[in-house]
Amino acid sequence: MMIRRRSALLGLAASWTLGRSSLALAGSGGGPDDPRFVAIVLRGALDGLAAVTPYGDPDIAAHRSGLLLPQPGQEGGLLDLGGFYGLHPALAGLHALYGAGQMLPIHAVAGHYRSRSHFEAQDYLECGADQRMDSGWLNRAVAALPGRGRRPDGYGLALGLSVPLLLRGSAPVGTFAPAGSQHPDPALYSRIAALNASDPVTGPAFRDGLKARGFSDSVMDAAAPAPGSGHRPEPFSALCAAAGRMLTAPDGPRVAALEIGGWDTHEAQVGRLKGPLGQLDRGVQALRGALGADWNRTVVLAMTEFGRTVRMNGTGGTDHGTATVAFLMGGAVAGGRVGGTWPGLRQDQLFENRDLAPTTDLRAVAAGVLHDHLGVARGALARIFPGPQVQPIHGLVRVA
Amino acid sequence: MQPFGVVNRFGWGARGDAPPQEVSRDWLAGQIQGPDAARFIGVGDTADGLIALRTQRKEKMKGDPLVKPILHAEIATQLDNLLLTEQPFRERLVWFWFNHFTISLRQGNTHGVIGAYMREAIRPHVTGCFADMLLAVMRHPAMLMYLDNAGSIGPDSPAGRKSHRGLNENLARECLELHTLSPAGGYSQADVTSFAAILTGWSIDMQADRPGFVFHARAHEPGRKTLMGQVFPEGEEGGVEALHFLGAHPATYRHIATQLVGHFISDTPAPRDVARIAAVLQESDGNLGAASLALVDLPDAGRPGGKFRAPMDYATAVMRALSMGGPPSGPEDSHAPAHILLGAFAGLGQPLWTAPLPNGWSDRAADWSAPADLLARTDWAWRIAAHVRSGDPLDVAHAALGPALRRQTVLAMRQAGSRQDALALLFSSPEFQRR
Repeated sequence: MMIRRRSALLGLAASWTLGRSSLALAGSGGGPDDPRFVAIVLRGALDGLAAVTPYGDPDIAAHRSGLLLPQPGQEGGLLDLGGFYGLHPALAGLHALYGAGQMLPIHAVAGHYRSRSHFEAQDYLECGADQRMDSGWLNRAVAALPGRGRRPDGYGLALGLSVPLLLRGSAPVGTFAPAGSQHPDPALYSRIAALNASDPVTGPAFRDGLKARGFSDSVMDAAAPAPGSGHRPEPFSALCAAAGRMLTAPDGPRVAALEIGGWDTHEAQVGRLKGPLGQLDRGVQALRGALGADWNRTVVLAMTEFGRTVRMNGTGGTDHGTATVAFLMGGAVAGGRVGGTWPGLRQDQLFENRDLAPTTDLRAVAAGVLHDHLGVARGALARIFPGPQVQPIHGLVRVA
Repeated sequence: MQPFGVVNRFGWGARGDAPPQEVSRDWLAGQIQGPDAARFIGVGDTADGLIALRTQRKEKMKGDPLVKPILHAEIATQLDNLLLTEQPFRERLVWFWFNHFTISLRQGNTHGVIGAYMREAIRPHVTGCFADMLLAVMRHPAMLMYLDNAGSIGPDSPAGRKSHRGLNENLARECLELHTLSPAGGYSQADVTSFAAILTGWSIDMQADRPGFVFHARAHEPGRKTLMGQVFPEGEEGGVEALHFLGAHPATYRHIATQLVGHFISDTPAPRDVARIAAVLQESDGNLGAASLALVDLPDAGRPGGKFRAPMDYATAVMRALSMGGPPSGPEDSHAPAHILLGAFAGLGQPLWTAPLPNGWSDRAADWSAPADLLARTDWAWRIAAHVRSGDPLDVAHAALGPALRRQTVLAMRQAGSRQDALALLFSSPEFQRR
């Protein structure tokens, strides 16, 4: 049962599927002032030491001089985060958020597992548990949201495609994909739904898909770019903008999950990381733009399944490691600082002689956000993160 | 045994224009025991692909002018074969094993060799010995490029000392985790590192007349290495021996038995079925033909509807039911059947040869049955059904589904206002979503 699933996402129209990104939304519509939460899964293991580089650590140069960017202030150099850490220059938008107190990187985080398999680790990251489960922690959090079900059908919304494990479970979750140009007419759709009604798999899928399409089409059409404008946003940014529009709709969802790949940099890492980091940066800006004033009610958590080796490998890249960085972003984030506890990079400080040692459990970060921002009751956290008790980290968000 | 359940389970969907086929164990066995009938036109071998890549690099050509036509020709001929094959069981095995040893166009610049990889490293071995397929895969330039082994260098080898370059453990790790033992086999990080050292020097000679696999002794980590408690000698031979060891390991047999049962029988493989297939592999020294036939003999093999169709399965089954395909698809002809199928794979979420990660595509219902997935299928099937101008949709339904066709679906099709709507109902029915 090791190789269970890979959330392959997709399901988007052809031109979107190659973009290594996808989106799914959930959460019941409540009021316009509801807190918003967006999770971004960085699939493939982001090198936290490249994204947020501890350039002030005396030992880093000895491990990976070939991967280090110039210090802050130099051409093409890191963007300073307070004198010890520097942000990768492809994350300039995130750096501006940091300056505005709306971005909080947390260093040396890791899941509760110690696996260097992408596949196991992604499953555990999304389950939030010590064993592989059929539901994700974000779905269980949605199920525990206060006031859920105020809408008659308690139905979250659906943007997206295949639902990532993170959002799978008993709470209704929809998916959204940009619709194709031609459709059967509504009468045929309803006959198709009837034909599938008694099927346990396809019945609910058709029913929810048609419902979601009715909703999302009305929202998406209103925001469609003018025909002939000629500019096509990159897929991840387009999905982020779609997520923002859905999250800000009065009867829309309040929780979204996105994913973006391209992080598995075994080779030529310095060049290869720029692309996905830039996409992430532009995606967060697109999300912020689409959320408008609701950005101030939003927390975005970007997380990855594990970090990468401290030492550069033989091909200018890094292999699978342990601790890495996570990002909290949004108007509701108490940012402008780097969180976490720095473990150091001396040989005897490394995990198993090769990896950044984990000092913060990613689940404690997530639990802190769920409790302090979304208002998930403390008692529900044990169901959301089963197993050894997780102590939520407080002070990550601005509590109104 | 439930006959039509089997033709769809083990194949790619019945063709609407095929003569009624007596589906029997003998028919399935014949596909495995007889020669491979597939013929591919307009394509060369791996060396041709590598020469195209080399020339593009040397001449600094933009836009892949030499590699692109190779990829397009591979797509045209391989998808034509998928639509038309009369050995659908053998063909499903080929695509199953390709997915097991996934190469993806997302990484490694393999566009010019991915088709040849499938024809050279996978196809000849699907009814042969697993360890032979493993060796062919691990020596193939496409895999060495995709999982970065081509540049992995032993740190204490002459090349490593001179260049201060070193190991890249990607191929070694994925081979242990995905291709052979699986984590249940109980290997450690030390085994991964050691196996990576064993595989140093397994690379590609791009300068040769006919470029291809080469063992670079100068890049090979010196000394004997220990993997899973076994000692392997220095040199190319050490890698060959290690792959034979891994390819015949009981944990490997359990792993591939689980994958096979999961693909052909159920999303939740029964331990009894896995044990049976693993035992056949053990007794036959990893003979994949014997294991494939043993799948057919499992008690649940004929139970209809046990597997949900992935997008590739679904789109191919629709086009086969509509008897699409015939004269060879022109590689650049966007209306050719192979191109329509290619577009469907992408539009339905499973673009050809671009699995997101080295473990390949999922074959589980939960990964393909989201609302947006099913609506995309219906919309695509409805559009393609618009091109069907003749014939009775009910004939298509009976040919495609046989006894699995439900009365409710027949009634809905009879009440449909048009041929297009009737076919859209057929292709949106719950029984057509399954194999």
